[in-house]
Amino acid sequence: MSRRSPLGRVRGLGSAKEGAGHWWGLRFSALALIPLTLWFAASVAVMSGAGYETVRAWAASPLVAGLLLLLIVAVFYHGARGLQEVIEDYVPRKSVKFTAILAVQAASIVLGLTGVLSVLLLLFRV
Amino acid sequence: MVEFALPKNSKIKKGKVWPKPDGAKTVKAFKVYRWDPDSGENPRLDTYHLDLDDCGPMVLDALIKIKDEVDATLTFRRSCREGVCGSCAMNIDGTNTLACTKYLSDMKGDVKVYPLPHQPVVKDLVPDLTQAYAQYTAIEPWLKAETPAPERERPQSPEERARLDGLWECILCFSCSTSCPSYWWNGDRYLGPAVLLQAYRWIVDSRDEAAGERLDELEDPFRLYRCHTIMNCTRTCPKNLNPGKAIAELKKLMLERRG
Repeated sequence: MSRRSPLGRVRGLGSAKEGAGHWWGLRFSALALIPLTLWFAASVAVMSGAGYETVRAWAASPLVAGLLLLLIVAVFYHGARGLQEVIEDYVPRKSVKFTAILAVQAASIVLGLTGVLSVLLLLFRV
Repeated sequence: MVEFALPKNSKIKKGKVWPKPDGAKTVKAFKVYRWDPDSGENPRLDTYHLDLDDCGPMVLDALIKIKDEVDATLTFRRSCREGVCGSCAMNIDGTNTLACTKYLSDMKGDVKVYPLPHQPVVKDLVPDLTQAYAQYTAIEPWLKAETPAPERERPQSPEERARLDGLWECILCFSCSTSCPSYWWNGDRYLGPAVLLQAYRWIVDSRDEAAGERLDELEDPFRLYRCHTIMNCTRTCPKNLNPGKAIAELKKLMLERRG
C-alpha cells in the first residue's frame, strides 16, 4: 500500500504540457473527412460498373489525385490518433498500452503509404 | 482502470426486507445499498417501506426517517438539507443527484439509492472522495495575483463578474465527476468535470493573474483531454450547471493561446 499523500499522487509526474495539438489534429481531420468522404463516395457511385481504364483516367488528373491523397492521409491520421485515444482510455497497463499504440501507428503508416503510392502509380503510369 | 464487472467482494447480495408500516395508505419501497466494512460481508440491498403520508417531500427526508425510526445503522452524509453543501450527493434511481433536492413525488415505483458510482465506499452511502478533493487542491483554487492588493477589494466590472455566473454556484458534490466514464476509467489522472469547472472558474476570473500558468498545468492528454464530451456531467448536475461547456471553453483557450 502506498504511503504517498493524495496530493502527491494526483500531481504525479506533472503536466505533459501538450495535448492541444493532438486534440486539434483530431477535430481538423474529422472536419476534412466530411467533404472528402462525401466526394469520394459520390465519385465511386457514379463510376460503379465502369472498367479499370475509366477509373485510372479519373484518378490521373492532378486535382483528383490530390484529393485522393488528402483523403488517405486524413483517414489514417484520424484513425491512428482516434484509436490511440481509445487505447489510452481502456488499457491501463503501461506495457500493453505502449505496444498497442505503437502497433496502431505502424499499421497506419504502412497502410497509408500503400494508399499514397497507389495513387501516385495511377497518376504517373502512362 | 476499466472494470466492466464488479470484483467478487463488491457483488451486491439480496438484503433484509423491513416490514411495511401498520395502517399506511401510501407505501413506498426504498432499496438502499448497504455495506459495512467491519462485517467482512458483501454489500447488500436492503428494502425499507415508508408511509409517504407521514414523511417529508424529499429523498433525504425518507433516508432520515429510516435512520430515525426503522434502522439506525443506515449511514449517509447530510448537512444543509437545501442543496447548498453538497454532502448528500448519491445515486438515486440511476442518476447522481442531491437527496435533499430530489422530490419523492417525481419518482415512479421503488426508489433505488446507491452511493456515488466508482468511488471507494466508506460505509453504506458514504463514498471516499479523498482523490477528488486532492484534485481540487491540485488546481490551486484561490486568487493568484502579483499586483499588490488595493486598499479595498480588487475591482471587477459587471461584465467580468458575469463571466463567473454558472461557475461559482458549484457546490463540489462531485455528482458530475462520478457520473463520467472517463473519470471512472482514468480518475487517477483525469481531473474530472467538477475540478475542471473550478479550474476554468479561476482562469476566467478577471482578478486572477495566473491564467497561463493554470492552462499549462491543465494541458495534458489525461488531466484535460480525457474529456470526450460524453456530457453525463451536464445532464446530472443537481445545480443545473454546465461542466461540459466549461471544459469546451478550456479547450478553446488552449487553441487561442497558440495563435
